[in-house]
Amino acid sequence: MSVLESQSLGTSPRSSLVSAVLRFRELAIVVAVILVFALTYFKNPSFASVASVQQMLAGPAIIIMLGVGETLVIITRNVDLSIGSVLGLSAFLVGDLFAHYPHMPVIVALLAGLLIGLVCGAVNGVIVAYARVPALVVTLGMLYIIRGVDAVIDNGVQIEPSQIPQSFVNLGAGTILGIPTLFIIASAVVAVVGYVMRTFRSARDLYAIGSNPDAAVLAGVRVPRRIFSAFAISGALAGLGGALWLAEFATVASTAGLGYELNVVAACVVGGVAIFGGSGTVLGAALGALLLNTIDQALVAARVSSFWNQAVAGLLLLVAIAFDRYVSLRAERILRVEGAHHDDN
Amino acid sequence: MTVPSVAPASSTGEPVLVVESATKYFGPVKALVNGSITLFAGEAHALLGENGAGKSTLVKILAGVHGADGGHVTLDGQPVRFSSPIDAREAGVAVIYQEPTLFPDLSVAENIFMGRHPLRSGRRIDRSEMVERARQVFARLGVHLSPHRVARGLSVADQQIVEIAKAISFNAKIIIMDEPTAALSDVEVQRLFDVVATLRKEGAAIMFISHRLEEVFAMCQRVTIMRDGAFVRTAPIEDLTIDEVIYAMVGRDIVSLYGEHARTPGLNVLEVEHLTREGVFTDISFNVRAGEIVGLAGLVGAGRTEVARGIFGIDRVDAGRVRLLGQTLKSGSPLAAMRAGIGFVPEDRRQQGLVMEMAIDRNASLASIHELSRFGLIRRSSERRLATEWAARLHLKYGRFANPVKTLSGGNQQKVVLAKWLARKPRLLIIDEPTRGIDIGTKAEVHRLLGELVEQGVAILMISSEMPEVLGVADRILVLHEGRLSGEFTREEADEESIMRAAAGQVKAGVS
Repeated sequence: MSVLESQSLGTSPRSSLVSAVLRFRELAIVVAVILVFALTYFKNPSFASVASVQQMLAGPAIIIMLGVGETLVIITRNVDLSIGSVLGLSAFLVGDLFAHYPHMPVIVALLAGLLIGLVCGAVNGVIVAYARVPALVVTLGMLYIIRGVDAVIDNGVQIEPSQIPQSFVNLGAGTILGIPTLFIIASAVVAVVGYVMRTFRSARDLYAIGSNPDAAVLAGVRVPRRIFSAFAISGALAGLGGALWLAEFATVASTAGLGYELNVVAACVVGGVAIFGGSGTVLGAALGALLLNTIDQALVAARVSSFWNQAVAGLLLLVAIAFDRYVSLRAERILRVEGAHHDDN
Repeated sequence: MTVPSVAPASSTGEPVLVVESATKYFGPVKALVNGSITLFAGEAHALLGENGAGKSTLVKILAGVHGADGGHVTLDGQPVRFSSPIDAREAGVAVIYQEPTLFPDLSVAENIFMGRHPLRSGRRIDRSEMVERARQVFARLGVHLSPHRVARGLSVADQQIVEIAKAISFNAKIIIMDEPTAALSDVEVQRLFDVVATLRKEGAAIMFISHRLEEVFAMCQRVTIMRDGAFVRTAPIEDLTIDEVIYAMVGRDIVSLYGEHARTPGLNVLEVEHLTREGVFTDISFNVRAGEIVGLAGLVGAGRTEVARGIFGIDRVDAGRVRLLGQTLKSGSPLAAMRAGIGFVPEDRRQQGLVMEMAIDRNASLASIHELSRFGLIRRSSERRLATEWAARLHLKYGRFANPVKTLSGGNQQKVVLAKWLARKPRLLIIDEPTRGIDIGTKAEVHRLLGELVEQGVAILMISSEMPEVLGVADRILVLHEGRLSGEFTREEADEESIMRAAAGQVKAGVS
């Protein structure tokens, strides 16, 4: 083999194919959404009605929002399981605020939700990043603690739909130019965070931490500070999600957001966020949420028993993970065999 | 192999880096007694020594990974002390390790500029500038790598190129390469040489650590040799021959820790035939007989541990077979290897040999659990009995059996690993680095124990990086060089120099 050929070792057609496949993960999900949509439409044309499509966009909006925060956490090789509970707590407290201050402006209500979530996320972040307790344990503990608090509040406080001002309910149920407001808000969050994740050094640090923690330290990344921020943002977005939950349903039960953390993690993984950190985008996670919700609705429209919904979501999850694993094993093997063949020259 | 001709450097002017009598202790262990080296701009300077000569410790001091316990480092005439890798980087010292430290999920360009991304207004990352600068660096190095490609799947050679590009992008004055060629093929080495020549022309000082002496002679202008943690000599390359270098690296009497012994080996226990794992080791054939210790020597990265893992079935092999007492072993199955009578004491006892949090007796009985159970339930009393018996036979020093094994000293931990395998009465014991990190007293005990085992007819395959151990303990010595057998010596024929030569791929002596 000539020296010239050897200089292109790193970009052999096969290994660059591997990276291309990874890069176009988002595109694959979009295709999947369209495919599900088309197939269901042929079976049941009412699936393409305005109301149905609006539901397809509004339905996953809150999961998308939580997924954005969860993506940041998972990218650092951590996980935040407390977001479902945080959402419930925030929905309750914001509802209670409306009960006491009926004329509270919408923006204040949203900020209040954000702040409540931020506090919860910051507590998670401090314990994980500085006390170095595994995130799984910390956020699982937080999940139960806050869920307990939710139950206690539920006993004392009743949030009546009449207490929630119409302007706030419009945020949850209304549309702008036919597009659900919730979806617009979620899209804005995805756009802003997506841009930040590509554009700022501090955000790139998150990828470095998850991709190779030791190398991140060598590159001068302030690891604990970044992990703390990821948890704080995840909490804040869960809190904001809670306020929007209140706007969507105008009432809160102690089960609000129960089990959401798993839906969110599933959306992230389906969307190509590697569960062991280092790669994935918020857009991917958002599309993952959109796909899972579309399948949910498609099964309903196709009159498939709702029992199958979760089974399908689970199957999709396994397919996504198996695919990731396959790609990385493939890459490893290509590398080893290529190396061996060079020795024979 | 072809090597480029490089003009000798002018070692005139002020040195860039001077290290004087650096010392480093790890507890009572002296890793570095007298580390000294002087680097000039525009030279490629080889740092040579056996495994354990203190090269890596010296490198880690310069990289800011370890703080020195004594001595002086001056950079451009100024005394310096690096307390972190960032310090070293900012002072212009770049280290390229044998195993590069990249971010596999990120692009090549981002790997180069992580934490130092070029910015545009609003502190936003300027991606096109980043890619452009990566391109420029690769152009300067004369290599073709796409800045957009993710680092995952890059060959080791290309990963090193990325590391070198990183070093250049922050204008490193001193580039330390720790065995950069160990995992490279000839063409890749050639390309690395070209890159190093370019760097030298631009005035960087290169410190090059390699066990491949022919490369050192082809690429470097000066050589510094270390032995047992201390500086031996520095000389221009043209003043030395390969023989002189090897002598300076080895030149010491073997401590007579090991008594004389004459053994008559019995029948073949292990027969390895043409064992190959692509890219790792090739066409390995040898045998080990009952009642003999065969030593497997070679440099770090030569594939010794990998061969052992292949025999025991931990890693799959692509070709060849392993026979134990005439029976062909199912490949890729450690369970089959264990059932056939192989015991495997791994190199890294903390990660692979022991369950650190688990009790001493439970660790000892771990490999014999089937024999100790009745109806699928482990009998605690048998477990205790096994542990008591072996603790006595191996002179284990412990508090209580119920204590986690991590409370024991390194030597006693190793005894627990040995007990675990010896309890199975193996016909073949593979033991990888039997005395690494063990104090001298326990070391002698382990050697005595190995002697006793072969007396009883056990066959032993021992991997060791410590030359005196190989020479003192083994009856026969096999040497690996880059995944191939490069020499075989009887106890009488073997000496440090001939093994070192075979390990460096200098000769092919008596391969059967």
